[in-house]
Amino acid sequence: MAYKTPADLRYAKTHEWVRQEGEEVVIGITDYAQHALGDVVYIELPAVGSTITAGESFGIVESVKASSDLYAPVSGEVVAVNTALESDQAPINSDPYGAGWMLRVRPSGESVELLDAEEYAAFVAEIEH
Amino acid sequence: MNNEEPPIFTYSQPGKIGVNLPAVGVEPAPIPEHLLRQDDLAGFPELTEPEVIRHFTRMSQRNYAIDTGFYPLGSCTMKYNPKLHEEAARLPGFAAAHPLQDEELSQGALQLMYELQNYLAEISGFAAVSLQPAAGAQGELTGILVFRAYHLDRGDTQRTEILVPDSAHGTNPATAAMAGLKVVELKSDARGNVDLDDLKAKLSPRTAGMMLTNPNTLGLFEEHIVEICRLVHEAGGLMYGDGANFNAILGIAKPGELGFDFMHYNLHKTFTTPHGGGGPGSGAVGCTAELAPFLPGPRVRQRDDGRYEFFTPEKSIGRMKAFHGNFGMLVRAWAYIRSMGATGLRAVSETAVLNANYVRVMLKDIYPQAIDRICMHEVVLRGQIAGAPKDVRTLDIAKRLIDYGFHPPTIYFPLIVPEALMIEPTETESKQTLDRFIATMRKIAGEAVETPEVLHAAPTKAPVRRLDEVRAARQPILRYDAAAIARLQSE
Repeated sequence: MAYKTPADLRYAKTHEWVRQEGEEVVIGITDYAQHALGDVVYIELPAVGSTITAGESFGIVESVKASSDLYAPVSGEVVAVNTALESDQAPINSDPYGAGWMLRVRPSGESVELLDAEEYAAFVAEIEH
Repeated sequence: MNNEEPPIFTYSQPGKIGVNLPAVGVEPAPIPEHLLRQDDLAGFPELTEPEVIRHFTRMSQRNYAIDTGFYPLGSCTMKYNPKLHEEAARLPGFAAAHPLQDEELSQGALQLMYELQNYLAEISGFAAVSLQPAAGAQGELTGILVFRAYHLDRGDTQRTEILVPDSAHGTNPATAAMAGLKVVELKSDARGNVDLDDLKAKLSPRTAGMMLTNPNTLGLFEEHIVEICRLVHEAGGLMYGDGANFNAILGIAKPGELGFDFMHYNLHKTFTTPHGGGGPGSGAVGCTAELAPFLPGPRVRQRDDGRYEFFTPEKSIGRMKAFHGNFGMLVRAWAYIRSMGATGLRAVSETAVLNANYVRVMLKDIYPQAIDRICMHEVVLRGQIAGAPKDVRTLDIAKRLIDYGFHPPTIYFPLIVPEALMIEPTETESKQTLDRFIATMRKIAGEAVETPEVLHAAPTKAPVRRLDEVRAARQPILRYDAAAIARLQSE
């Protein structure tokens, strides 16, 4: 199955995406992740001003099928949170790279291994086989 | 089929009552104002006694239970609960015993607990057993609190991490977090075992222990179990065994001899005490001699004069539950072990494993097996049927099984298997039942290809149609609200 993997993003193997916007990055979960989870019904995100650590959990996303940790692709300080998702999680499924964004972070340097769109698509295909 | 039972509120009519109280012969003593409830009781149903009885009896008849049909819910071991055990648990000496009764007046109950402690220790290869925990998850918490107490007792304050494989039951990481420890996830390898390289990389002086289910949630025996235990011990950690899948190895392998330091037994799975709405559970725990001083008390021991008494281990983490565990369940488990005997318990596991492999071999050509290996007491397949549209998912297959009168297996677990179907037939099912289930699963696979809309619409023969789980989770209505129900029905 083909999932959207926009070329301007970078991807963690734990299925989060990162978009560079000036000095900051925006973080969300991928189209593959939202598909695998099914309809998201609950989300827990960190507060503005808190710090996240690359490779460690920064929140929880829960669907009717499962509850999963969200892993930080980069370390840094949270400068904005998409609080709209707390009352309406539908955009995570319908628009994971747009209205479904989760955090805006000022990175401090460290990151997990990040793949480009082509590498990530190949990685997903391998999991799916 | 429309045999939905409406909420009890809909039968209500002002003035109907179930009980006629006799006339009051004394001056009424008013209840003090501050003790009266202040919230609005309007809408509280008013019914006659027969209406109440009929409503709840009809509800109970819509229940699906192991006494009404096949219930292959993976990792839950929904085996038949022999009625003999109910008789034992209802003996007045057990059923009417008071937990605060003097030990001398409770010798029969104490003897049963003492013997059950010994049987469970023998079956699992451990030195000591506590019957306190109320269910599996509480058994886990007990174990991890004991690990913590053990390390702290040795003055080792650095051990803050618990290793948990990615195939684990969700209760394992939840337990570690509840005990204030950090969860470190371990990957599985291509054969469904714990990835040894990942384990080696994550062991450290911070490792308090590891939690492992064996057989694991893929229904597979950990092929490197001895090596895993050795590595964890060399790093100074302890091994916790999740006993949820103990039904696969009774009389064949003893966790204590494999290298585990502590485990919980789900008496309500392996040892046939009822569960799934019929509980309560019972999560007795066993451990090595080294950890025994930390077990929760009271435990039971035999005195030199042959009488039994309660005692609390010297470094006990304390009580995990009021009184003496779920005692009625202990009676049932005792009755099960005594009626099966040693050879019978071994036959339980052999038959459970045989039944799961029969289902596996008969279905894996259409439902691909997650990892192609001989399984233990349960098999994990994938609801990905060749030739069916992509939007036919495991959920649809599970819902269609309801139409054919079967309880669906566990779905979407373990999380590492896409579209997982986790089937645990247990040893108590006949070949005839298994054949009927297999034939139904094959029929559903045919429907998935030819008439997928039937699967999407399922269930159509159950008291209620498919529930909108997403909306129920996103917009929950948590108490009876006639207006909200009317609004939903009009939509």
